Amino acid sequence: MTVDHAPKTSMIVCAHHLSVGYGTNVVVAGIDTDLVAGGSVALVGSNGSGKSTLLKTLAGLIPPIDGSAEILGHEVGETTSEVAYLGQYHGNALSLPMRVVDVVRMSRFDQRSRWRRRSHVDDELVHEAMEVMQIQDLAHRPLRDLSGGQRQRVRLAQVLARRARLILLDEPTTGLDAPGRTAYLAAIAREKSRGAAVVIATHDVSEASTCDRILLLAGRIVADGPPGEVLTPENLLETFGIGLARVGDRLIVTEHMHNH
Amino acid sequence: MIEPFLDNQFMQQALLAGVLLSALAAIVGTYVVLRGLAFIGDALAHGVLPGVAIAAIVGAPVLIGAGIAAFSMIAGIGVITTRSRLSNDSAIGLLFVGLLSLGVVLVSSSQRIAGDLESILFGEFLGVDRTDLIMLAVSLVIAVVIVSVTSRALLVSSFDEDLAQAMGFGVRAHYFLLLGLVAGTVVVAFQAVGTLLVFGLLLAPSATGALVARRIGTMMAVATGVGILSSYIGLLASYHFGWAAGASVVLCAVSIFFVVLFGARMRDLVVRRQT
Repeated sequence: MTVDHAPKTSMIVCAHHLSVGYGTNVVVAGIDTDLVAGGSVALVGSNGSGKSTLLKTLAGLIPPIDGSAEILGHEVGETTSEVAYLGQYHGNALSLPMRVVDVVRMSRFDQRSRWRRRSHVDDELVHEAMEVMQIQDLAHRPLRDLSGGQRQRVRLAQVLARRARLILLDEPTTGLDAPGRTAYLAAIAREKSRGAAVVIATHDVSEASTCDRILLLAGRIVADGPPGEVLTPENLLETFGIGLARVGDRLIVTEHMHNH
Repeated sequence: MIEPFLDNQFMQQALLAGVLLSALAAIVGTYVVLRGLAFIGDALAHGVLPGVAIAAIVGAPVLIGAGIAAFSMIAGIGVITTRSRLSNDSAIGLLFVGLLSLGVVLVSSSQRIAGDLESILFGEFLGVDRTDLIMLAVSLVIAVVIVSVTSRALLVSSFDEDLAQAMGFGVRAHYFLLLGLVAGTVVVAFQAVGTLLVFGLLLAPSATGALVARRIGTMMAVATGVGILSSYIGLLASYHFGWAAGASVVLCAVSIFFVVLFGARMRDLVVRRQT
């Protein structure tokens, strides 16, 4: 269990004996962790390890099976306006006749009453988010005409425009080129500096290493701590089932579990 | 070109019905296209047949029969989408074929309404009366109000259901609300174009709008325009050549879709060559 000694008011996520999964099928059990304002944590594990499931639970998309998870002191799903969620891409958006700027504006829909038109604040946040993700010149292009990487930038701009206190990102760098990744990392640093907490699910260890903490998942929490402490060969063997060693930003395979 | 509409009241009423129906179908059809609900919508449209048949056999208003059948179908879709071990498409397809077959069996076995089968399946566009027009107008106003109130949730749900749920929009509730709008449109429109063709009017103009528009509002406007144009040309063709009016209107709407699709492809090819 990770205990943060930050003031209570800065606590964004607090999970206690949390089990997550679908229906009655538990994917990850016994999660005890927390995350404070301005902090970031990467959920790392192999396919089916529960990264996305945990993220969806925190986003309020699926209910916890056991234990509790609180966002800003409320049960998950009760503080949706404070949460921004980027799920894995479904592709449905491809067919929509929408301009990029309209897609980013969409993320402000729940921040104002039903009959109110969008405000200057909405416009400023949308403009700023598009600037950070370097997509201003795409503003009036139809979304369906963009490449996969450009669309991912649009979706990240959507997340940023929410100005949320908790940001949940599932494989956020999928399809991004080098400038896109740089823009993304700068955006996350900026969000953290204004006090947002960030949780990302990723396979990419270099991306995970940019976070303050890493949670290694394999049906349970294998390790939870700063990247330097967590990414040990033993933990990686337990998480991925193969021996891995960290060389700079990369992981290299050193041995397979069945050799033991 | 316009004489048939000036000289004949039934043509004027049919055209007015076409205009109202086009606006209604554009509003509802836009979200059907955006959410990819064409198959479920088609199934819903065909599934009203048993309700219409039973109502006709017992002498009840067919609109009530169609309404009960449509909302029973929505309940069936609800059960299938939450409980079925098969893919939704397979289960809904079987439900749709089963209900259509039941409807045809009921109609063909009842001497009282067997002769009405053609008008039930293909509608009587030229037979719409004042009551039908009032019902279409009221339905249009209701649809405008519902879609205005829920447009944000419907739009985000169309873009990404998970995103909509994470933003606190009730995705499932809005899904069934949209099915309800489709059912309502089918029920008030089937007398004009019939149960087999009503979905064509719901889908073809909106799909055409999706091909050319960059904004949802523009898509609805284009869909309405295509629907009205189809109604005008279809009714005119029906008047001059004796074609079935409902089928002519739907055929025209579908033809416009394919012409625009072809044009859009050509435009893309030209743009690609230039760049």
